[in-house]
Amino acid sequence: MPPPLCSRVLLSHPFSPMSLMALREQLNMLVNSMYIEGLLDQQFQQLQMLQDASSPGFVAEVITLFCEDAERILTELTKLVDQAVVEFQKVDAYVHQLKGSSSSVGAQNVKLACIQFRQFCEENNKDGCLNALNVVKHHYYLLRNKFDTMLQLEQRIQAYDSKQQN
Amino acid sequence: MGLKTGAGGEKRWWWNRNVIMVLWVMLSVGFCIGLHCHMRTESMRKAEETLTSMCEERARMLQEQFAVSVNHVHALAILVSTFHYQKSPPALDQETFADYTASTAFERPLLNGVAYAQRVVHAERQLFENQQGWMIKTMKRDPSPVQDEYAPVIYSQETVSYIEALDMMSGEEDRENILRARATGKAVLTRPFRLLESNHLGVVLTFPVYLLDLPDDATAEERVRATAGYLGGAFDVESLVENLLRQLAGNQEIMVNVYDVTNASEPLIMYGTNPPDDHMLLSHVSMLDFGDPFRKHQMKCRYREKPPVSLSSITTPSGIFVICMLVGYIGYAAWSHYDNVKEDFRKMEELKKQAEAADVAKSQFLATVSHEIRTPMNGVLGMLDMLLDTNLNLTQKDYAQTAQVCGRALISLINEVLDRAKIEAGKLEIESVPFDLRSILDDVISLFSAKSREKGIELAVYVSERVPSILMGDPGRFRQIITNLVGNSVKFTERGHVFVQVHLVEHVNMAMNATAETGLNGHVNEVNKKSATTVFNTLSGLEVADSRNTCESFKLLLSHGASLSCTFGGGSVPESIADKVTLMVSVEDTGIGIPVHAQDRVFTPFMQADSSTSRNYGGTGIGLSISKCLVELMGGKINFISQPHVGSTFMFTAVLQKCGKSAGVDTKRSLSEVLPTCFRGMRVTLVDRRAVRAAVTKYHLQRLGIIIEDVSTVNEVLCALSGQNDCLNSSQPGKQPSILLIEKDSWDPKVDVHIQNQLLEYKEAGRIQVVPKVVLLLTIESDKTRAGSHVDAIIVKPLRASTIATCFQQMLGMGKCQNKDTLSGSTSLRGLLDGKNILVVDDNKVNLRVAAAALKKYGAKVVCVESGKSALSLLQPPHKFDACFMDVQMPEMDGFEATRQIRLMENKANEEAPLEEGSVKAKWRLPILAMTADVIQATHEECVKCGMDGYVSKPFEEAQLYQAVARFVVSQPIPDS
Repeated sequence: MPPPLCSRVLLSHPFSPMSLMALREQLNMLVNSMYIEGLLDQQFQQLQMLQDASSPGFVAEVITLFCEDAERILTELTKLVDQAVVEFQKVDAYVHQLKGSSSSVGAQNVKLACIQFRQFCEENNKDGCLNALNVVKHHYYLLRNKFDTMLQLEQRIQAYDSKQQN
Repeated sequence: MGLKTGAGGEKRWWWNRNVIMVLWVMLSVGFCIGLHCHMRTESMRKAEETLTSMCEERARMLQEQFAVSVNHVHALAILVSTFHYQKSPPALDQETFADYTASTAFERPLLNGVAYAQRVVHAERQLFENQQGWMIKTMKRDPSPVQDEYAPVIYSQETVSYIEALDMMSGEEDRENILRARATGKAVLTRPFRLLESNHLGVVLTFPVYLLDLPDDATAEERVRATAGYLGGAFDVESLVENLLRQLAGNQEIMVNVYDVTNASEPLIMYGTNPPDDHMLLSHVSMLDFGDPFRKHQMKCRYREKPPVSLSSITTPSGIFVICMLVGYIGYAAWSHYDNVKEDFRKMEELKKQAEAADVAKSQFLATVSHEIRTPMNGVLGMLDMLLDTNLNLTQKDYAQTAQVCGRALISLINEVLDRAKIEAGKLEIESVPFDLRSILDDVISLFSAKSREKGIELAVYVSERVPSILMGDPGRFRQIITNLVGNSVKFTERGHVFVQVHLVEHVNMAMNATAETGLNGHVNEVNKKSATTVFNTLSGLEVADSRNTCESFKLLLSHGASLSCTFGGGSVPESIADKVTLMVSVEDTGIGIPVHAQDRVFTPFMQADSSTSRNYGGTGIGLSISKCLVELMGGKINFISQPHVGSTFMFTAVLQKCGKSAGVDTKRSLSEVLPTCFRGMRVTLVDRRAVRAAVTKYHLQRLGIIIEDVSTVNEVLCALSGQNDCLNSSQPGKQPSILLIEKDSWDPKVDVHIQNQLLEYKEAGRIQVVPKVVLLLTIESDKTRAGSHVDAIIVKPLRASTIATCFQQMLGMGKCQNKDTLSGSTSLRGLLDGKNILVVDDNKVNLRVAAAALKKYGAKVVCVESGKSALSLLQPPHKFDACFMDVQMPEMDGFEATRQIRLMENKANEEAPLEEGSVKAKWRLPILAMTADVIQATHEECVKCGMDGYVSKPFEEAQLYQAVARFVVSQPIPDS
């Protein structure tokens, strides 16, 4: 098991005495900017709506799952594409999986890049695949950075919440 | 001509056809030429035959005539011998001979003349010359030189008197003749030569005259010795033949030649001109026998000209040729036509294929596009929902709400268009699953409850008792039709009521007949009613379009229902009737009605009464056409009766199947919205003036198992309660109602406000043990506040059994009979999924987590597995799951395969189950829904093919999830767990 994502994030963002409202504001702005940039789509909203009192860490959990999954797949894909003879069927299966999880999370850019990727796979176009993989990676890392920030914010909000409850 | 061509290519085929045509032409030309030749030879043969017969005839005649002449010369010879030699002195002299021959010349028409020459040997010459008195002369009229013997002519016919005294031996031909004649004793002929004087071609006939009679076998020497002289005659062959031919027919046509062919290599012509050497000409040769065996003669006949080619030998073949060409042309044309037609057909096939492909593409496109539109629209709607949850000022809220309404309308329109397209493509199939009609109607009513309350319309449902509670059919489509009709009715009705009734068709017919029998009376009453008061005996008291739905017929229906239910007990239908049920559903409203001119195009898609309708009321007019299609798919008919400004009544029939009895109680419980049973046996008094409305209320109460007495005024109730039994016959002491249900109409706020006080007084007076609760039935929500304080509870219509139950529960403090949130009224996803055990199968952890969370949100208990195999192990019956969501694309075992396996397991389990538990238990059939990212037709078909019940798109969209889940949760039996 890799170390939890949040802890890594926390290292770079030490606690700051921000109010709960400010934190929420920041989170909203972050999410909004992600919508505007096309990183996320409406599905992410659905995810947020699914999170309620009974499952407070739901979004974080899903995002963590997604990141683990995506990183695993990307590693596999990098290996596969680097080989002299590319097994396009395998590649396609992985990309399909990534597409599925990214659409579940609402990671719009990654999803679109995956769709592009699959087309190259169907054409058995190695160069195209390599390019597409880079695009996917690019979008993914961009997204992961934002997610990191988001998770950290959420963590802090929750910390506040629990404090208040206590 | 109808030549079949094999599997040859196109080109070869054409080539063949032309070659066949050329062959045909050549063949017919050949045939015609052959025919022509045949006819020519045939005519030649005929000509030859004619020629032969003519030639033979001529030869025979010539021969006969010649023979006659020869015989005569023979007779002359005998005459000479008789009178010249056997008489002494001879009785003949030149004069007598000349006379005789002249007078008998007619006997010898062929002879120029005859003469007799005596044989004189040289020794006797002197004596002879002396006797005769003249010198023997040669043919050249010279005195004859010395010869061995001479043959001077002594007697001659006058015609040939110029040869007298001429020595016949001096002429070469004559000499030969004489020698041969005397040696043979027969008539001999010379070869043809130019006769003296006449210079015609002729022959000389010579006959020997003997001195004594010779025996037939006398030798030549004996004959020579006995020879006395020679009788000769010249045949003028030319004139002879000429005469002869003149007598015969056909003289002009043929040319005759007579030859002496004694020397075969050098035929001597006796008659006729030597023809040009034309071997082409037809000829015939006949042998002639002139009695001289030494000489041979023949007759050669020819046509004077080439026989003309007969006309028929030309016309017949050419006629036949023309016919052949015509036949060939017809065949060719037919063939070309066949080709063209075939080619056209091929093109049409191609076009048809294209059209079909286009059609498929169209539906695909429609499906895709509508999906594509729906996705963003869902986003829009979701956002609007969220927006409405935020703090908005009134104007903003109004805007947002409007936008939401419009969005919903758009979505429903897209769904309708998609439905329509599906129906047109014949892809819409009506399923047959058990469902509860009554709960479906309740759902529909609850859908429109807000609207009807807002408008103040009374919305009511009545389902005949005879209609079985569980029927087999397509609940979704049934709901769609009714929703459509009720929606229309609510939309176009501003006051009055919308009344949905469901009866059995045979039942309705029976009732109709009954009304017809009561006939005049009822009719008159109706008229009176109309003229006297404007209150009609309908649900809301307003006039309706279909007068058959008046109180009388409704009452009849009720009474029939009652009597039947009495007969068969407990509202169950007789099982003897076939397992098909034909329902008659009518939706009656008191709206604006349909203008007469528009009534015949009501069911045409996108057709509304007029353009102003859509402006005033909105809508596209596609709903009714879809309803019509659906009704027809269900084997029913839809029609309507409408009067402008009075209202419309839409009626449709639907053929449904009865549910097998084995499906029984379990099915019923799971299918119906479960109604609480805690009211069974409770007594309720209903105060309602209007019979129809009372019947509707009773229908709902009866479903709860409540016993009802109905009266028309509040006072009657009070009378009854106070023990004055004459007011209310059916009331029995000790069994007083626990609830008083009062219709708004019968509620007079001023008078009845104190009803509770009155009741309390009764209780104190000991007349009643329990104070009945008072419940007021309202149509309009705003009335609630006015009467609120004076009654125990208020129910706002439309009535639904569950609404009533909830109200009663709250009022009576019974607590929840069950935990269902019946008051909310809307069948939300939560309502459907709450408490259900659901298995989610997906290899993608993220998807799995999201799906699980989404389902949990709606109250479901979710179990997640990551492969088809583990799903299989969990779903081995018996299990506790109510549904399964299955990813389609999974490694190892994909969703389709897994579903197939699950179905197999279920079948196995079902086969074993009846042995153990009888037929009551529901069969294992887990609803399985595919989760897929692409929602195109093909995927759906495959889903159905491998036994799935439907599909939801991934990630979940609430509306679609609801649609998919609603179908199986309502229609699928949930096995006991």
